[in-house]
Amino acid sequence: MNQNPRRIVLLTVGGLVVALAGTFLLDPYRNYLLALVAAHLCAIAGLSLLIGRTGQLSLGHAALMAAGGYGYVAGVKLGDGAVPDGLQPVLGLIVAVVTASVVGLLLGLAGARLHGPYLAGLTLAVVLALPALTSQIPALGGDQGLMVPFRSVPQALSSLIALEQWQAWIALTVVAVVLGVLATVDAGASGIRMRAVRDDEVAAALAGIRPGRIKVQAFVLSAAAAGAGGGVLCFVDSGVRPGGYGVTLSLLLVVGVVVGGTGRLAGAAIGAALVVLLPWLIGLGTSGLDLPAEAAQRLDGNLAVLVFGLLLIGLTVAAPTGALGLLTRAGASRKRSAPSIPTTSKD
Amino acid sequence: MDRFVFLLATGIADGVVFALFALSLVLIWRSTRIINFAAAAMAVTACYLALAVTDLTGSYWAGLIIAVLVGGTLGWAVERGVMRAARDPLSGVILAIGTVMVLQALTGILAGPQSRPAPVPFGDRPVIVGGVPTLSPYDLFVIAVAVTLTAGLHTLFARTSLGLQMRAAAFAPEMSRLLGVPVARMRTLGWILAAAVGALAVLLAVPGELGLDPHAGDPLFVSAFAVAVIGGLDSAEGAVIGGLLVGVLVSLVTGYLGAAVAPLGVLALLALVLLVRPAGLFAGVEARRV
Amino acid sequence: MTAALEIRRLTAGYGAEPVLREVSLQVPDGQVVTLLGANGAGKTTLLRAVSGLLPTTGTVLLREQDLSDVPPEQRVRRGLAHVPEGRGVIAELTVEENLRLGGLWRHGRTALRERTDAEYQRFEPLARRRKALGHQLSGGERQMLALARALVAAPDVLLLDEPSLGLAPQVVHSIMQTLRDLCDSTGLTVLLAEQNAAGALSIADRGVVLHLGEVRSDGPAAQIAQDEALRHAYLGY
Ligand SMILES: Nc1ncnc2c1ncn2[C@@H]1O[C@H](COP(=O)(O)OP(=O)(O)OP(=O)(O)O)[C@@H](O)[C@H]1O
Ligand SMILES: [Mg+2]
Repeated sequence: MNQNPRRIVLLTVGGLVVALAGTFLLDPYRNYLLALVAAHLCAIAGLSLLIGRTGQLSLGHAALMAAGGYGYVAGVKLGDGAVPDGLQPVLGLIVAVVTASVVGLLLGLAGARLHGPYLAGLTLAVVLALPALTSQIPALGGDQGLMVPFRSVPQALSSLIALEQWQAWIALTVVAVVLGVLATVDAGASGIRMRAVRDDEVAAALAGIRPGRIKVQAFVLSAAAAGAGGGVLCFVDSGVRPGGYGVTLSLLLVVGVVVGGTGRLAGAAIGAALVVLLPWLIGLGTSGLDLPAEAAQRLDGNLAVLVFGLLLIGLTVAAPTGALGLLTRAGASRKRSAPSIPTTSKD
Repeated sequence: MDRFVFLLATGIADGVVFALFALSLVLIWRSTRIINFAAAAMAVTACYLALAVTDLTGSYWAGLIIAVLVGGTLGWAVERGVMRAARDPLSGVILAIGTVMVLQALTGILAGPQSRPAPVPFGDRPVIVGGVPTLSPYDLFVIAVAVTLTAGLHTLFARTSLGLQMRAAAFAPEMSRLLGVPVARMRTLGWILAAAVGALAVLLAVPGELGLDPHAGDPLFVSAFAVAVIGGLDSAEGAVIGGLLVGVLVSLVTGYLGAAVAPLGVLALLALVLLVRPAGLFAGVEARRV
Repeated sequence: MTAALEIRRLTAGYGAEPVLREVSLQVPDGQVVTLLGANGAGKTTLLRAVSGLLPTTGTVLLREQDLSDVPPEQRVRRGLAHVPEGRGVIAELTVEENLRLGGLWRHGRTALRERTDAEYQRFEPLARRRKALGHQLSGGERQMLALARALVAAPDVLLLDEPSLGLAPQVVHSIMQTLRDLCDSTGLTVLLAEQNAAGALSIADRGVVLHLGEVRSDGPAAQIAQDEALRHAYLGY
């Protein structure tokens, strides 16, 4: 799949316009969910690229999203009084990406020397240490986390759209930029180098590629994407709390990657939608059952995790290319049954 | 000084359990070259069932036996049902993560999110030696079990032909098959053994710092992972020494800086070892290919 | 004379395209048959298929027993031993442990001890290195260990894949000679895949030439060694 930059830009801008228009069809709560999907999509797309192209499995992307969240708060504080109110979120998002990238650089430097399971273990330790870190550093606000001032819809638009729709717009714009950048990098020379390193580090090194450097670059890129996602979440929720960025979120991001098909950016959208919407749908379903409070509390969250776990196992066993892979394969086999069309699709 | 001695003693008692649990990671690594990210969740699940049996029968020992049996059965089921599908280390980790999610969700649904108290068969008050509180009878029991088990496993691998076949099957599966070793059965056996040891370790750990809730396995896994990495995943002796090291570290950090800081200590140690001596402090014959 | 090993219309490979196509050959009881052919001819593939490591169609008969449904780890119990390409010495185990593995399934404790001691006598350099790890051995020692480990199982039929690879000429000669002596003294049957055609033909009873997965020639070793056209075309000497 070789995509030239012009095509990527067209696709992203076109997709963004359609998505922005689509928000008019949704009620405020669904727009809020859409913003959440977009935020998760940033992180899942970055993680998908990392795993799919360089074979580095990070279980620490929740921590990178948290870094983005804290970065966002710092950026907004930085801009307070210095830049116009309307630009503060932009500054916040920039600082979010930078913060996550720096953390990602540190992790990536450590990770470049480690293979799959070791990197996974180290990054898992990072996520688990996050609450300890925030409780030790007073500036991070402890378990309560940090808040940012509530941001309403800009004056010019306030008669036209609701707050949630505005948030969805920002989230969609960010995710479009993130996806565009990721796709461009993937389609370019860096993408080829990453694949070369994943397939055979020694051979890649002989071909003049520096595997360590490529892996670190990929990790930083992926961290930046996660940071953007964390920044968006912080923008939507007007704050960041460490409890939201635990192991569970990290594992959910992996689920999103696998569901969409590892290394497939378009698939990541399916993964993100599932990760955000399934718990909501299950919640709707169980609340309709009229269960006693205790039972409802136990099912809440756990049922979704159960489904995700089964999905993760089932997909890994049966469909390594993910849901999107299943669809394209179904399409391909339909094509194949028509004898005159040669099969050229690869990967 | 008294406090230091006390923390040291507690650290050793905790470390023994870490070591035992890390041993279960080493066992699976040795038999399948997989790091079992589901080890802790499996052990925690077995412990829930064990405590349920203890509640029913009133006997701690009945629970202990159930923990081992259920642990072993889970090992068998997860290896046969899930991990067989692992094509490479990456998919192995992902399958294990799926298993973690399923087990944690199930225990959460069936037992609720709250932490569950666990009984102890002996007093867990530290014995006062010369005015200094040291180990409790329960700690001594834990240490005795761990030492016996470690020695038993060592004998199994170093001295018996079964152990030799298990090692051979792990190092060179295809060659081992040519030599008549039933490789698939050795793998399953490795998982059963490891999961049973893991369940026992967690049952021993529960009355201490750990406590039992559906997510109790997460920090335990990270500590044990650190232990296994410090000791070198191939080395049972390394796991024991690494376990003591991590146990004492966690105990001292908790005692002097507060429990909340402990994960940071483990993370720092893990990062240090992975970066400075990635093959583990007690690397065996073959340098780890990191 | 009956065939200890008989291969009928064997087709095998790694993916969609088979590497071996309908290969048939016989290894008579107590003889050395050498399997010759250029790099990539399919010699290793043939031996792996006989051991059950590859999906195949066709029949492999060991002393007239069909091995089709016998998994690889059971074939050694039927009397088939295989020293793979690259020897397959397990690097992380000691010489002693490698050797014991060869006979674990067959012998009790004391019987196994006797068998390993016998091999230590046959291959003396190994006896001095019992405690050494596999990866600490020289190429020649590895080849000895691999051979000794196969012999501990007291097989009927031995599959041997390029034992001469990377060894000095004298060592090759002595290993070939050991093989010949074994066959003459114990009635062992050997299927020997070799690049070193001249050396292999000098001790073999028969030779089979493989080319691109098909049998090109099958006859007495002396006859193949004298067939100049065949040698030029396929054996490169
Ligand atoms: N694991 C494998 N996967 C795919 N193809 C393979 C594999 N091993 C061998 N082949 C192919 O099968 C063919 C036969 O290989 P084989 O190893 O049997 O040759 P050989 O006669 O033993 O050669 P050599 O003398 O070099 O050892 C070759 O074309 C090779 O590329
Ligand atoms: Mg070969």
